[in-house]
Amino acid sequence: MKIARFIKTILMVDFVSGLLIAVKEMFKSKKTINYPFEKGKISPRFRGEHALRRYPNGEERCIACKLCEAVCPAQAITIESTQREDGSRKTTRYDIDMMKCIYCGLCEESCPVDAIVQGPNFEFSTETREELYYTKEKLLDNGDRWENILAANIKSDNPYR
Amino acid sequence: MEYFDIIFQEVYKILFLLVPVLVSVAMIVWLDRRVWAFVQKRQGPNVVGPFGLLQSLADALKYIFKEIIIPASSNKVIFILAPIITMTLALIAWAVIPFNEGQVLANINVGILYIFAVSSLGVYGIIMGGWASNSKYPFLGAIRSAAQMVSYEVSIGIIIINVLLCVGSLNLSDIVLAQQEMWFIIPLFPMFVIFFISSLAETNRPPFDLPEAEAELVAGYQTEYSGMMYAMFWLGEYANILLMCALGSILFLGGWLSPIDIYPFTLVPGAVWLIFKILFLFILFALVKATVPRYRYDQLMRLGWKIFLPFSLIYVVLTASYLFYFNLLPTN
Repeated sequence: MKIARFIKTILMVDFVSGLLIAVKEMFKSKKTINYPFEKGKISPRFRGEHALRRYPNGEERCIACKLCEAVCPAQAITIESTQREDGSRKTTRYDIDMMKCIYCGLCEESCPVDAIVQGPNFEFSTETREELYYTKEKLLDNGDRWENILAANIKSDNPYR
Repeated sequence: MEYFDIIFQEVYKILFLLVPVLVSVAMIVWLDRRVWAFVQKRQGPNVVGPFGLLQSLADALKYIFKEIIIPASSNKVIFILAPIITMTLALIAWAVIPFNEGQVLANINVGILYIFAVSSLGVYGIIMGGWASNSKYPFLGAIRSAAQMVSYEVSIGIIIINVLLCVGSLNLSDIVLAQQEMWFIIPLFPMFVIFFISSLAETNRPPFDLPEAEAELVAGYQTEYSGMMYAMFWLGEYANILLMCALGSILFLGGWLSPIDIYPFTLVPGAVWLIFKILFLFILFALVKATVPRYRYDQLMRLGWKIFLPFSLIYVVLTASYLFYFNLLPTN
């Protein structure tokens, strides 16, 4: 037994077989992707950048119930509201501090009208802090831009809610 | 006027050697990272230039524009001198490497001794860097590196004696020409293996990269260095690795000789064969880096002094007695 092990050590059997495994692995397919040029698949539940959605007729969905503001564990959301002439309650201010936000998704879950949602975009880094204080305009603009994907995501995720 | 002509001629020759060496050092860093990534099933650097080939140039450019920080408590002269010495020594050894018959910058008769001396001096750059930094981790790294390089230099020296016994000359071109019938890797295969492992230790490559073991010593003797000074250490290290690969292919793989001495193979210029052999050895270096975990320090010392040294000494006796018994000793 000892002699067998000695011969194995002298001939470096383990080392050579390890090297051969390394050579074999070199020619297998890569497990990583070329990130900025190709991106991984993300689930419909992905919690990325926030967006405020509108109804198809252009009316904003948010009814200023402030459930999201209340549920937000990081207290990143600030809402001020007023009653419009037609009697409906709408927000005058809807700010999210994206640096406070922990992307837990509770705002999205608490929303009774699917107004605030978290979309698939995760590449919104900026060069200044100020750009990360999202205002209502910015959020509504996000909603308009991503509406197709957001609606599809909510629809495909609906059976599991 | 005649004096200047000679100077210019020599400078031209030196540049003709050094520029390709430096460019290939940059390429070899890329190759190293790429092979390493491929073994781990990653992509590796592939954005800058075709296949990422220019990655090292981009890195060098970044290093040039970075600030050089010199620690306040360091010995400034030695601190600045250390990377310069490392890189210079790694480059001047290339003077005696023959790329083809007669294509050598300095065809001196003690070429192998010259390389041996220069690579022994290489440890000074590291010791000076570690000492002048006046900081704990660089100092420990420098001590380790000194002990390691001295230990493995001994076994490399005895391996070279094996080759010299078969050649009867210290001239590197003569060593290559002596392998025309048979490369020395065939009769001296165990020596080739020990030479390869010793050159891993000599150039501080994994699994013997204890001087810069990042888990224990941050970055060893390079810890306090930054900017272009760090890049010079880095260039010197890879130039040394390349030199060791070149030495291995000259001593054991027949240098510029083609593997089969028949018509289509002999058309390929000798320098190309040498480059192929160097690349082959370097890819082995890179593969070993990707596969083998780092040695413990006492294991490293035991391997050097208790296994490699006696083994290569016994092989010297064997080679000498074989050559003597069959009357094959070279005579000139």
